[in-house]
Amino acid sequence: MDAIFLTGQLFNGFSVASLYVLAALGLALSFGLMRVINMAHGEILMLGGYLAYMAMSLFPGPLGLFVAMIFAFLGAGIFGGFLEISLVSKLTARPLDTLLATWGVSLIMQQAARDLFGATGVSVTAPAWLDGGLTLAGLQLPTLRLFILVSAIGVLLGMAAILRYTRIGLLVRAVNQDRPTAAAMGVNVRLVDCFVFALGAAVAGLGGVVLALLGPVTPSVGQSYIVTAFLVVILGGLGSIVGTTIAALIIGLITALSQIFVDVSFAQVLTLLFVIVFLQFRPQGVIAVKSRALDAE
Amino acid sequence: MAVEMPNQLLNLRTVSTAYGKGQVLWEIAFDLDKGDAATILGRNGVGKTTLLKTIMGQLPVLGGHIYWHGDEVTAMKAHQRSRAGIGFVPQGRHVFPHLTVRENLEVGLSALARKGFSGPRKIPDMVFELFPKLTQIADRKAGVLSGGEQQQLAIGRALAGQPELLLLDEPTEGIQPNIVQQIEDALMRVRKELGVAILIVEQNLDFAWSFADRFFVMQRGRIIKEGRTDTSPADEVASLIHV
Repeated sequence: MDAIFLTGQLFNGFSVASLYVLAALGLALSFGLMRVINMAHGEILMLGGYLAYMAMSLFPGPLGLFVAMIFAFLGAGIFGGFLEISLVSKLTARPLDTLLATWGVSLIMQQAARDLFGATGVSVTAPAWLDGGLTLAGLQLPTLRLFILVSAIGVLLGMAAILRYTRIGLLVRAVNQDRPTAAAMGVNVRLVDCFVFALGAAVAGLGGVVLALLGPVTPSVGQSYIVTAFLVVILGGLGSIVGTTIAALIIGLITALSQIFVDVSFAQVLTLLFVIVFLQFRPQGVIAVKSRALDAE
Repeated sequence: MAVEMPNQLLNLRTVSTAYGKGQVLWEIAFDLDKGDAATILGRNGVGKTTLLKTIMGQLPVLGGHIYWHGDEVTAMKAHQRSRAGIGFVPQGRHVFPHLTVRENLEVGLSALARKGFSGPRKIPDMVFELFPKLTQIADRKAGVLSGGEQQQLAIGRALAGQPELLLLDEPTEGIQPNIVQQIEDALMRVRKELGVAILIVEQNLDFAWSFADRFFVMQRGRIIKEGRTDTSPADEVASLIHV
């Protein structure tokens, strides 16, 4: 095994981690703020993939990908907001009910996708400018994977900027730290919940575009990512953005690097084993989120 | 049943509250007028904090009615009551620990999202005049402040929303005496200069007596005695609230 091969696998790990970050951020946010486990999150990823497919069919030019990203971001965000208002907000005090209800939504969405687009799935053709790659010190870095990596970093920075510098970001942080007190200060906590849920769904929509660039979008594609996304959220410390990012990197790298030695299925076994052992020693995850709102409940 | 009096601010009519199946408040009734200063006294566990949380809308009522300016607000959520003009300084201060002092105050501005408010949505200068320390520590995280500083912040945060009534739950608890004096002076000014009514839950009888015009004594979830602090000796009330 030479250094170039190893560096290549490391790079692969980072790009896999990018997808995990996009898939898991929304889950982490909605769980951190509302303690809601959204079983339909994988299907929002799938929705993003199909929206990307539709947008790129309508705008096949070189900039079609950017139209697809905007389309998927907004479409998934609006869907997430609708899901929060119509279902999740009615069940917030009942975590088990939310889990079951969103699972039901995920089944409905899968079937709807099967009826609308067929069971075999659809494929997106990546624009020509994403073909080829950069060669750095003898290492071939595919442009597509670089684009995914840069997109994920952009989303992370954007999310951090929203939380850090905007008024709504301030209110999200306040509600996260102490929900009843934030309400008593005049913060409409329901609106903040809805915003966070919609933002998480919008990011998952972007994850769907990435997913469409990497392989076919099928009605069940969300299912293959949701388990890993949950693993990332748990490993990250349930609700922390920094923790989620680190956890996505850890899992992405373990998956990619273990594939040097074993096949894909066994790499997944190793990843799962790692998470189990890690949580034995650090049950709070990478970053422990302290939330007074949760202590009080 | 709207109560028709021009000075009326808050009216409670036979308000009962429960935590789950355990009833904590029984048929509480009293009125507060604009600019009133009243204190709620009682031993631990008699329902004083529950009463403030009920007025704030953090706990649903089991029965009875709450009126604000004569309008029923019993079913209103906490943020709506805050926006209607009720400010809250909770027990234990409950500052947002990972936000800076300035950010904590900015969260308090949310209460200004009320009908008819046209002033600037910024932290009133009055807050920094009352608590000059907050200017010096504006960029520090609230979680690392001393108890006294946190208490000043919690009061400042409620005042940022420019309330007409300030509910305070044991603001002197665990605070060193010189800060207690500062808080007392600040609340006096808030009342005199801004005309804000104050309802304060307090264990410190001296503080309560120097500050409030009226008092309510609670026992087992009911108001068992009420009166004016200028006509009732503090010693007489002390026997009701101390073990």
